[in-house]
Amino acid sequence: MQYESIILLTPVLSDIQIKDSIKEYENILINYEAQIIYQEHWGLKKLSYKIENKYSAFYHYFEYKITPSKIYHLDLKLKQDERILRFNIIKMNKHAIIYSQNYRNKIIKNE
Amino acid sequence: MNKINNINEEDKNTDFKYLSQIKIYTKPQSKFCFFKKNNIKYIDYKSYDFLIKFLNPQGKILPRSITGTSKKFQKKLSIAIKRARHIAILPFISDELK
Repeated sequence: MQYESIILLTPVLSDIQIKDSIKEYENILINYEAQIIYQEHWGLKKLSYKIENKYSAFYHYFEYKITPSKIYHLDLKLKQDERILRFNIIKMNKHAIIYSQNYRNKIIKNE
Repeated sequence: MNKINNINEEDKNTDFKYLSQIKIYTKPQSKFCFFKKNNIKYIDYKSYDFLIKFLNPQGKILPRSITGTSKKFQKKLSIAIKRARHIAILPFISDELK
Protein backbone atom coordinates (compact mmCIF):
# COMPACT_ATOMS: atom_id res chain seq x y z
CA MET A 1 0.00 0.00 0.00
CA GLN A 2 1.34 3.44 -0.89
CA TYR A 3 1.18 6.37 1.52
CA GLU A 4 2.30 9.98 1.52
CA SER A 5 2.99 12.06 4.59
CA ILE A 6 4.02 15.63 5.34
CA ILE A 7 5.98 16.56 8.47
CA LEU A 8 6.15 20.07 9.96
CA LEU A 9 9.26 20.66 12.07
CA THR A 10 9.71 23.53 14.50
CA PRO A 11 11.69 26.46 13.06
CA VAL A 12 13.76 26.67 16.25
CA LEU A 13 16.02 23.83 15.11
CA SER A 14 19.29 24.51 13.32
CA ASP A 15 20.03 23.09 9.87
CA ILE A 16 22.06 20.23 11.28
CA GLN A 17 19.28 19.20 13.66
CA ILE A 18 16.78 19.31 10.79
CA LYS A 19 18.90 16.95 8.70
CA ASP A 20 19.40 14.63 11.66
CA SER A 21 15.71 14.40 12.45
CA ILE A 22 14.86 13.71 8.80
CA LYS A 23 17.60 11.03 8.67
CA GLU A 24 16.13 9.60 11.85
CA TYR A 25 12.71 9.21 10.25
CA GLU A 26 14.22 7.64 7.17
CA ASN A 27 15.82 5.00 9.38
CA ILE A 28 12.53 4.48 11.21
CA LEU A 29 10.79 3.89 7.90
CA ILE A 30 13.51 1.51 6.74
CA ASN A 31 13.23 -0.41 10.03
CA TYR A 32 9.54 -0.88 9.30
CA GLU A 33 10.50 -2.41 5.91
CA ALA A 34 9.18 0.59 4.04
CA GLN A 35 10.32 1.44 0.53
CA ILE A 36 10.78 5.22 0.26
CA ILE A 37 9.82 6.28 -3.27
CA TYR A 38 10.29 10.01 -3.13
CA GLN A 39 11.32 12.74 -0.70
CA GLU A 40 11.10 16.50 -0.96
CA HIS A 41 12.27 19.22 1.40
CA TRP A 42 10.22 22.38 1.06
CA GLY A 43 12.32 24.22 3.65
CA LEU A 44 11.09 27.05 5.81
CA LYS A 45 7.56 28.18 4.92
CA LYS A 46 5.21 30.67 6.54
CA LEU A 47 2.24 29.05 8.26
CA SER A 48 -1.17 30.52 7.55
CA TYR A 49 -2.03 30.47 11.27
CA LYS A 50 -0.20 30.19 14.59
CA ILE A 51 0.79 26.68 15.73
CA GLU A 52 2.28 26.53 19.23
CA ASN A 53 3.13 30.25 19.02
CA LYS A 54 5.21 29.72 15.89
CA TYR A 55 4.62 31.38 12.55
CA SER A 56 6.85 29.27 10.29
CA ALA A 57 7.90 25.65 10.00
CA PHE A 58 10.11 23.30 7.99
CA TYR A 59 8.03 21.16 5.64
CA HIS A 60 9.17 17.72 4.52
CA TYR A 61 7.31 15.40 2.15
CA PHE A 62 7.63 11.61 2.18
CA GLU A 63 6.18 9.09 -0.24
CA TYR A 64 6.61 5.45 0.65
CA LYS A 65 5.21 1.93 0.40
CA ILE A 66 4.55 0.11 3.67
CA THR A 67 2.42 -2.71 5.03
CA PRO A 68 -0.70 -1.21 6.65
CA SER A 69 -0.09 -2.90 10.01
CA LYS A 70 3.06 -0.80 10.58
CA ILE A 71 1.24 2.53 10.23
CA TYR A 72 0.07 2.39 13.86
CA HIS A 73 3.67 2.30 15.14
CA LEU A 74 4.77 5.08 12.78
CA ASP A 75 1.84 7.21 13.96
CA LEU A 76 2.85 6.67 17.60
CA LYS A 77 6.45 7.65 16.89
CA LEU A 78 5.41 10.86 15.17
CA LYS A 79 3.10 11.79 18.02
CA GLN A 80 5.76 11.32 20.70
CA ASP A 81 8.28 13.63 19.04
CA GLU A 82 8.26 17.25 20.28
CA ARG A 83 10.18 18.57 17.28
CA ILE A 84 7.19 17.85 15.06
CA LEU A 85 4.41 20.44 15.12
CA ARG A 86 2.01 18.59 12.86
CA PHE A 87 1.97 15.66 10.47
CA ASN A 88 -0.41 13.68 8.30
CA ILE A 89 -0.36 10.19 6.81
CA ILE A 90 -2.58 9.80 3.76
CA LYS A 91 -3.30 6.67 1.71
CA MET A 92 -2.86 7.22 -1.99
CA ASN A 93 -5.46 5.85 -4.42
CA LYS A 94 -4.61 5.07 -8.01
CA HIS A 95 -5.30 8.59 -9.29
CA ALA A 96 -3.00 10.06 -6.65
CA ILE A 97 -0.21 7.66 -7.63
CA ILE A 98 -0.51 8.67 -11.29
CA TYR A 99 -0.59 12.35 -10.29
CA SER A 100 2.63 12.08 -8.28
CA GLN A 101 4.41 10.16 -11.04
CA ASN A 102 3.63 12.95 -13.53
CA TYR A 103 4.78 15.49 -10.95
CA ARG A 104 8.11 13.69 -10.58
CA ASN A 105 8.60 13.32 -14.33
CA LYS A 106 8.10 17.06 -14.73
CA ILE A 107 10.79 17.76 -12.13
CA ILE A 108 13.27 15.38 -13.77
CA LYS A 109 12.62 17.06 -17.12
CA ASN A 110 13.27 20.53 -15.68
CA GLU A 111 16.62 19.50 -14.22
CA MET B 1 -36.12 76.22 -21.62
CA ASN B 2 -33.03 77.24 -19.73
CA LYS B 3 -34.52 75.88 -16.52
CA ILE B 4 -34.86 72.43 -17.98
CA ASN B 5 -31.26 72.48 -19.21
CA ASN B 6 -30.05 73.57 -15.80
CA ILE B 7 -31.90 70.71 -14.12
CA ASN B 8 -30.28 68.23 -16.53
CA GLU B 9 -26.83 69.61 -15.78
CA GLU B 10 -27.52 69.44 -12.04
CA ASP B 11 -28.64 65.84 -12.50
CA LYS B 12 -25.26 64.90 -13.89
CA ASN B 13 -23.28 66.46 -11.06
CA THR B 14 -25.36 65.15 -8.10
CA ASP B 15 -25.21 61.41 -7.55
CA PHE B 16 -28.92 61.02 -8.17
CA LYS B 17 -30.02 57.62 -6.79
CA TYR B 18 -32.74 55.86 -8.80
CA LEU B 19 -35.56 54.50 -6.64
CA SER B 20 -35.39 51.02 -8.16
CA GLN B 21 -32.09 49.37 -9.23
CA ILE B 22 -31.35 49.57 -12.94
CA LYS B 23 -32.03 46.11 -14.46
CA ILE B 24 -28.98 45.09 -16.51
CA TYR B 25 -30.04 42.22 -18.76
CA THR B 26 -27.10 39.81 -19.29
CA LYS B 27 -27.25 36.46 -21.06
CA PRO B 28 -27.38 33.71 -18.32
CA GLN B 29 -23.95 31.98 -18.51
CA SER B 30 -24.29 28.20 -18.31
CA LYS B 31 -22.28 26.84 -15.40
CA PHE B 32 -20.01 23.82 -15.94
CA CYS B 33 -18.00 21.49 -13.72
CA PHE B 34 -14.36 22.60 -13.88
CA PHE B 35 -13.07 19.10 -13.13
CA LYS B 36 -15.20 17.25 -15.66
CA LYS B 37 -14.33 19.72 -18.39
CA ASN B 38 -10.55 19.55 -17.85
CA ASN B 39 -10.70 15.82 -17.13
CA ILE B 40 -9.04 16.19 -13.71
CA LYS B 41 -9.11 12.98 -11.68
CA TYR B 42 -7.21 13.90 -8.50
CA ILE B 43 -7.36 17.15 -6.52
CA ASP B 44 -4.02 17.74 -4.87
CA TYR B 45 -4.30 19.09 -1.32
CA LYS B 46 -0.75 20.46 -1.41
CA SER B 47 -1.28 22.99 -4.22
CA TYR B 48 -2.05 26.42 -2.75
CA ASP B 49 -2.54 28.25 -6.04
CA PHE B 50 -5.15 25.79 -7.31
CA LEU B 51 -7.26 25.50 -4.17
CA ILE B 52 -7.46 29.21 -3.57
CA LYS B 53 -9.74 29.66 -6.60
CA PHE B 54 -12.51 27.83 -4.75
CA LEU B 55 -12.36 29.97 -1.61
CA ASN B 56 -13.95 33.32 -0.94
CA PRO B 57 -11.90 36.17 0.58
CA GLN B 58 -12.81 35.00 4.10
CA GLY B 59 -11.29 31.57 3.40
CA LYS B 60 -14.64 29.76 3.21
CA ILE B 61 -15.40 27.10 0.58
CA LEU B 62 -17.55 28.43 -2.26
CA PRO B 63 -20.88 26.58 -2.64
CA ARG B 64 -21.79 24.51 -5.70
CA SER B 65 -24.51 26.97 -6.70
CA ILE B 66 -21.83 29.56 -7.48
CA THR B 67 -19.00 27.47 -8.86
CA GLY B 68 -21.24 24.91 -10.53
CA THR B 69 -19.07 21.88 -9.78
CA SER B 70 -20.69 18.46 -9.67
CA LYS B 71 -21.48 16.80 -6.33
CA LYS B 72 -18.76 14.15 -6.59
CA PHE B 73 -15.95 16.66 -7.10
CA GLN B 74 -17.29 19.17 -4.58
CA LYS B 75 -16.90 16.46 -1.93
CA LYS B 76 -13.32 15.67 -3.04
CA LEU B 77 -12.58 19.40 -3.15
CA SER B 78 -13.80 20.00 0.41
CA ILE B 79 -11.74 17.05 1.68
CA ALA B 80 -8.64 18.43 -0.04
CA ILE B 81 -9.24 21.92 1.38
CA LYS B 82 -9.72 20.55 4.89
CA ARG B 83 -6.46 18.60 4.60
CA ALA B 84 -4.67 21.74 3.42
CA ARG B 85 -6.07 23.65 6.37
CA HIS B 86 -4.80 20.97 8.76
CA ILE B 87 -1.20 21.37 7.63
CA ALA B 88 -1.45 25.17 7.60
CA ILE B 89 -1.24 25.69 3.87
CA LEU B 90 -4.69 27.30 3.83
CA PRO B 91 -6.08 29.40 6.69
CA PHE B 92 -9.29 28.49 8.53
CA ILE B 93 -10.43 32.13 8.63
CA SER B 94 -8.82 35.17 7.08
CA ASP B 95 -9.96 38.61 6.01
CA GLU B 96 -7.88 39.22 2.87
CA LEU B 97 -7.09 35.92 1.20
CA LYS B 98 -6.87 36.90 -2.46
